[in-house]
Parts: sequence; C-alpha cells; structure tokens
Amino acid sequence: MIELRGVCKRLGSREVLRGLDLVVPEGLNYVLMGRSGTGKSVTLKHVIGILRPDAGSVKVDGVEVPGLRRKELQELRRKMGYLFQNGALINWLTVEENVALPLVENTRMARSEIRDRVQETLKVVGMDHAARQFPPDVSGGMRLRAGLARALVGRPRYVLYDEPNAGLDPIMARQIHELIAHVRDRFQVTGLLVTHSRQCALDTGDRIGVLDEGRIVAEGTMEEMWQSTHPLVRSFLSGHAD
Amino acid sequence: MSGTKPTVRGWLEPVRQAGAQVDEVLCAAGYTVGLLVRTFAATRYLPRRRRFFLDAAHAAGVKSMPVSLVVALFAGMILALQTGIELRRLGQTELIGNILSLSMCREMGPFMTGIILAATVGSAIAAEVGTMKVSDEVTALDVMSIDVANYIVLPRVAAMTLMCPTVTVVTDLVGIAGGAVVSHFHLGITQQTYWLAVRESLTSTTSILPKDVYVGLVKAIVFGCTIAIVSCSAGLRAGGGALGVGRAVQRAVMASIILIIVLGYAITWLFYFLLPE
Repeated sequence: MIELRGVCKRLGSREVLRGLDLVVPEGLNYVLMGRSGTGKSVTLKHVIGILRPDAGSVKVDGVEVPGLRRKELQELRRKMGYLFQNGALINWLTVEENVALPLVENTRMARSEIRDRVQETLKVVGMDHAARQFPPDVSGGMRLRAGLARALVGRPRYVLYDEPNAGLDPIMARQIHELIAHVRDRFQVTGLLVTHSRQCALDTGDRIGVLDEGRIVAEGTMEEMWQSTHPLVRSFLSGHAD
Repeated sequence: MSGTKPTVRGWLEPVRQAGAQVDEVLCAAGYTVGLLVRTFAATRYLPRRRRFFLDAAHAAGVKSMPVSLVVALFAGMILALQTGIELRRLGQTELIGNILSLSMCREMGPFMTGIILAATVGSAIAAEVGTMKVSDEVTALDVMSIDVANYIVLPRVAAMTLMCPTVTVVTDLVGIAGGAVVSHFHLGITQQTYWLAVRESLTSTTSILPKDVYVGLVKAIVFGCTIAIVSCSAGLRAGGGALGVGRAVQRAVMASIILIIVLGYAITWLFYFLLPE
C-alpha cells in the first residue's frame, strides 16, 4: 500500500504540497486528478523517492521512503515501475534494449531469460513488432507503450504513471488507457496515475482523488465522484477542465 | 523611510548578484568534483560499457580528426614561418626543427587538441547529456537504480582520456610536418637537417620518452578527462528545455577552455619548476 500523510513540499518560493493525505489501496488504479501545477508529478516523485518531503510521511508497504539509505531505496524501487510522460527511453538503445535495461543492470538473470521476459512484456503492450527500432523512429504512442513495457519488465507491485496520455490523439490515448487497465488485471499491479484528463480517469480509475492547492479536496470511486458537489470535481467531470 | 530602502537595495544588488554567481560556480565545481569521484569509483564497470566507450572514442578520435589535422598543419606552418624569420636574422635557421618540435610537443599540440575537442566533442557531450536530462531520461535511469556516473559519464570520460593524447600525438606530428614544408620552401632548410633536429629534440638517452613529450601527453590526458567530466556535469545540471541545453553547452565549452589554460599552466609549473629534473 502507498500511504502519504500530511506531506508538505516547497519548491523555491512556491508551496506545492500543503499537508497532502493519500492512500492507494492494493490492486487498484488510483487516479490523482488536478490542474497543471497543482503538484501531481511532485507527489509521484515523493513516492519513488526522487524528492523528500519538508514535512509528513511517505510510506510504501509500511516503509518510510524518505528515511531509506541508497541501497534500501534501490531495493524499494525494484518493486516499482514508472511511466514518464514521453516514455523517457534512451535514444541510442533499441526498444528491446530499453526494455531489458533494468534487468541487465540490476539482476543476474541469464541473457536468454531476459530476452524471453522482454519479448513477453513487449507482446503484452503490443510492441513486439517494433522491438529492433530506435525510439526516435517510432510514434509517441509507441514510445509510451515501450516505456510501459520497461516499467513492467521487472514485474513490479506498483506502477506510477505520469500523465500517460499527454500529447496523444484521443484514439491513441484511449488505447493507452485500455492498456493500463489491462496491465492492472494481468499483472495485479497497484497503479497511481496522475492526469488532468477526465477520459483517463474514466477509463482507468478505480478510485479518484482531486488535488487542489497541495491537498486532496475530493476522493472516492467514480460513482461517488459523480455525486460530488465540489465545484472543481464538477468542472473536471463535465470536461471543462480537460 | 520606506523611500530610502529600495535605494540601499539598489546599491547592494550588484553585490547580491556577484554572491549568487560565486555560489553558482562553487556549487557547479562541487558537483563536478563529486561526479568525477563517482566516475572513478565506477571504473571497474568499464568492460560492461565497452560498446558506449567505443562509440564515444570514435566520436572523440575519428570524427574530430579532420579539424585537428587542418589546424595542426597550418599552426605548424605559421609557427615555422614566424620563428624562421627571426632565426634567419640571427643566422640560426638550422634550429627551426628543434624549436618547432619542442613547441608542438610541450604546449601547442595538447593545447590545440584540447581546445578543438572542447569545441567539438565537449559541446556534443553537453548537448547529448543535457537533452537526456530535460527529457527525463536521466531521471528514468535514477528511478531504475542505474547510476548515471557509471552508465553515462564513465564511457565518455574514459574515451576522452584515451583519445585526447592519441589525437595530440597525431596533431604534434602533423604540426611538425607542416613546419618541415615551410622550412624547406621558405627558409631553405634541407629535409635532412630539419628532421635530424627534430629527432635530436624528441629522443632521450635516459628515458623512453623525453620529458617534453611525456609532459605534453600528461597534459593531453588531463585535458581529455577534464573536458569530458565538465561537459557531462554541465549536461546533467541542465534544466528548462532546449534553452537550458543551449546554456549547458555554452557553460561546458567556456569552463573547459578556461580549465585547459589553467591546468596547462599548473602542469607546466609542476614539471618544469617544482620537479625540474
């Protein structure tokens, strides 16, 4: 379980998170919605240990993330996958080399084992046909799929998705959303997605949280959110904030 | 009262800005030294990085070679012409081979190669690493628990440390050859006289390499390592999209050139004044 309690974070002169409380239950996709600049990506970076909170607690499986030493943090990160907005693939490696990277660098798996795991994962995301291509030669949607394969190849318990549909056309975005839902069911992973897209929340979210001014202002299942009278929630659900 | 405060602040503003600049330079220097230490600590992983190392060595050695050769040839010719005019006045033109070979090997070869590599390879490294930084690739490596110093910096530093002296040797030879052409056609020195003088200067009875040659190579090794680490550091500190990458390239080239000059002086002082024999 991912648990954030009273997290505060100031970046420069701006107070980004102001006592954020967030619990991501096991096996579900939790969608954190909010306008640009409200601290969604900052929240993800706290969970993965890139940022440390000024105050409050960030726990993954009961372990306090900011208190971890480098080795312990590396160990924790092996339980996690992270999908960046544009995939963040290494341009000089092929798609399959990118996907294999965490296994090659961090495990003692045999080459044949790595190859099989990479092919299997690429097949799940529908990228097995483009395994030998380089990232600049494939589309934005394909880069995201490859990024997702890289996040999944270590068979993590948690996957963090940073704006998984940013810059994609609606059809491609829909495919990525379906893939995220499929990944949850296929690998039983817990997902934490940040997005400002209503469609993304509708397609992928089991629970939704709306972030505003550094804290959660509304939370619940999609059905509960439809009942909400909070103006920001209404704005998101009516599509005005998309 | 409130009217005087902005005036005082106005006077202090240049001091504040200078302080901020000094702070920035010190932070950058600290980060770069830390990165260098982490890179040295990761040296045992170099065999795993041989593919990237060979790519970086190809970029540093082969791709920069045409520019280095042209610059070295003409630098040697200019040096021979300028020195030859003065030597002819003194009736000492047969010394041109000695002077040219020593100048090239001691100072001009490593210095020219360093400047050329900083401008061509160093800027490319800073741009490449900076682009990786602003497009989250560096963060992605961090999230995958892959050490950036080991994965990105080590192959580039190793390649530059090896290729800078290699290119310097070629630059020295081409510069000396350029001097031979000018000496023959403009100063009337025979090829035999010239090359005998060069050999006399560049051989030693006490060691495999004369001091003038190995000090030049030490400089080239230090320059290569410096250019690579400074460029990687500038790239890794880039932020703010394409504009940030451009600034990182500018910072990398400026810092590399300044360090080449300062370290060149320091090495000369160390070998010729502190350790004269």
